[in-house]
Amino acid sequence: MKRHALSTRLWHWVNLVCVVVLFMSGLTISNAHRLLYWGDWGFSRSQAWFEVPRFPDWMTIPGYYDLALARDWHILTAWPFALGLLFMWAAMLLNRHFRRDIATSISEWRWPAIREDILRHLKLDFDHGDGKYNFLQKLAYGLVLGVFLPMMVFTGLAISPGIEPVLGWMVDLLGGRQSARSLHFIFAFALFGFFLVHLALVLLSGPVKQVRAMITGGRSDEA
Amino acid sequence: MKRRGFLAVMGAAFVAGCNKLAESETGSRLLGAAEGWHKSAHRFLQDRKALAPEFPRSAVSPYFRGNGSVDPQNGDYPSQAANGFADWRLEVRGLVETPLSLSLDNIRRLPQRTQVTRHDCVEGWSAIGEWTGPQLSVLLDAARLKPEAKFIVFRCADNLNGQDYYESVDLIDAYHPQTIVAHLLNGEPLPIRNGAPLRIRIERQLGYKHAKYLTAIEAVASLDDIGGGKGGYWEDRAGYQWYAGI
Repeated sequence: MKRHALSTRLWHWVNLVCVVVLFMSGLTISNAHRLLYWGDWGFSRSQAWFEVPRFPDWMTIPGYYDLALARDWHILTAWPFALGLLFMWAAMLLNRHFRRDIATSISEWRWPAIREDILRHLKLDFDHGDGKYNFLQKLAYGLVLGVFLPMMVFTGLAISPGIEPVLGWMVDLLGGRQSARSLHFIFAFALFGFFLVHLALVLLSGPVKQVRAMITGGRSDEA
Repeated sequence: MKRRGFLAVMGAAFVAGCNKLAESETGSRLLGAAEGWHKSAHRFLQDRKALAPEFPRSAVSPYFRGNGSVDPQNGDYPSQAANGFADWRLEVRGLVETPLSLSLDNIRRLPQRTQVTRHDCVEGWSAIGEWTGPQLSVLLDAARLKPEAKFIVFRCADNLNGQDYYESVDLIDAYHPQTIVAHLLNGEPLPIRNGAPLRIRIERQLGYKHAKYLTAIEAVASLDDIGGGKGGYWEDRAGYQWYAGI
């Protein structure tokens, strides 16, 4: 048995490319109007709850300010991103990856156990827990797959006026279009935070072995 | 610090790769095609007459921001404005059986629709306003479209950076019930910054589709020979998406 199923590996790398393109083109779109609001509307500083810093060109796609081209990249990549997430959810429900490896049980939600898990992480001991992943890993992957990534899709749909006639209920649920836009930004940075921590932990836990396993599948007995 | 440098180098290499891809034939065709896939999905998932959300009058924003041209100085616009737009004409022309030339009074006497809607700029901001005017479908039916008409082009009085502003939609958006030729904003004649005396409302698309300072409505079979051929001022000038529902 491989450590990572083929569906997981395929999705992981396609999703990485999508998220990077979406994030970097999203920074250009943010530069077009750097104010965030709550509610349905907002257009000037007096209504904003946050003024986003201007992102330097080197962080952005296409590497200089071009809102139209950044939007082209963003709305093209949105397709493989959203459909890929749908595929990953179908695959991990069907092959039981979600129930077996990611879903937590009630018994794991006890503070002493969680504290122990945190302390082990701080000592850079990642190879613990009964299943494939320890509690903090399950929590992180569960949040990313179950909340952060889907929320990017939902909030992205909610700021598209062309689909609002059928998804108006979702816009209302998110608190209005400008709230949805603020949440789109917040979840994008939550994902960026996950990306940095994920990258750091891979580097600390044997990067060659980890990356190789995510490409070839690895073996289930190596952690 | 070293790690951040590493990320920056990786980022720059990635951007360079993306730009290389964007310049390739396949890449640029893909980038141009995506808006069409969204349009097809939007049209597939909802009725062609499905309405954009309408808000109560109390939701109207205290001020309605203007963008692009906010005070045109070209041609006879300034003198028309000084004259209270008393001599303004709106033509309905192109592939129609009966071309029309309407005064503001003619337009005010048509059946009116009033709608409180949210205006979303491509930059990201939104404002809510109450718009009043006749449905475009009423004008198109009065002029009787010829069967070969496929698009409706909106001609404008403002000249921005040396180009006359214009926009266009297909017949689905042209005949949408909320597509109106607005002459009132919040019960008052349109302010100049918002398009006085007439502005088209395309409620399921972004702000740059809502052409201001409207002088003519033109039915055409193809957009190829209009302006730069991409269907609108910003589409020609900066590559904005013709379908602005995303």
